[in-house]
Amino acid sequence: MQSPVTTTDARERTRYSWTYFASPATFYPLAGAMIPWFAVAAALLCAAGLYVGLLVAPTDRTQFDSYRIIFIHVGAAWMSMFLYVVMAFWAAIGLAWNTRLAAMMASAIAPTGALFTFLALWTGSLWGKPTWGTWWVWDARLTSELILLFLYIGFMALQAAIDDPRRADRAGAVLAIVGVINVPIIYFSVQWWNTLHQGSSVSMTKAPSMAAIMLLGMLLMALGFWMYSIAACLSRARSIMLERERRTEWVLEEVRKPQ
Amino acid sequence: MTLNLYWSSFDAFVAMGGYGFYVWGSYLVTAAGLAIEVALLVARRRRTLQMLARLHGSERL
Repeated sequence: MQSPVTTTDARERTRYSWTYFASPATFYPLAGAMIPWFAVAAALLCAAGLYVGLLVAPTDRTQFDSYRIIFIHVGAAWMSMFLYVVMAFWAAIGLAWNTRLAAMMASAIAPTGALFTFLALWTGSLWGKPTWGTWWVWDARLTSELILLFLYIGFMALQAAIDDPRRADRAGAVLAIVGVINVPIIYFSVQWWNTLHQGSSVSMTKAPSMAAIMLLGMLLMALGFWMYSIAACLSRARSIMLERERRTEWVLEEVRKPQ
Repeated sequence: MTLNLYWSSFDAFVAMGGYGFYVWGSYLVTAAGLAIEVALLVARRRRTLQMLARLHGSERL
């Protein structure tokens, strides 16, 4: 059994150092204070997005009301890719500087990323049936998104299979970093290959090819999913911090604090 | 850009122009997925705090 240990106490460092929040002892209360704000922002943005998307936006000329799946499909797909990049970023930081908190953040992001990947595939399938006539097709966009789901699941399974958390961090980080190549493949697949999936309605280089009210609903939902993801990942990170640092002084102090 | 309601009736809203199955199948599964994740996060936090209470209640540091 490990004996109680005192980790480097960041609270002794100056509050104005940029590494002040790089330790679980200082990040834990910060994350706890931020979660309610992101949760409220997520609820408000999603409520506004649902109102605009389902109740206000008119029907589409070619896809009729089946197009309304776009309001959750695009946000979920964006989050699935974005969260993977953020996960790989923290995993790489953890691998390079051997920082515990960065590795814990990577582990905390994976399940939420996997959920949004599943939702992107699920809603895409329900959209594909009425518009393409098929639930699934092995085209580049759909196949690379499915690979993204397998990468998330592989990352979680690999970490779960290794008992030593620090070794699990390193093994997972290598997988996450190698897998990041899949993200630009997903993003550009509709340009690089002749896919059944339509091209981007919104891009950074040209004006959006959709009505303003539809764009508004889509962006509100995407922002809502983003805020939700931050709240969910911070909550999971807090549990991971407590579990993995359970024998440290700061966790003992947290436990003894009056609730 | 106005914020007037598009639908003429509640039934029309539910029917989604005949695409109700696909639209509601997407929205309900998304809502369920997020709700399940939140429930799992709350349960995990409770379990972790109970584990810590046992650990630090039995052994005095």
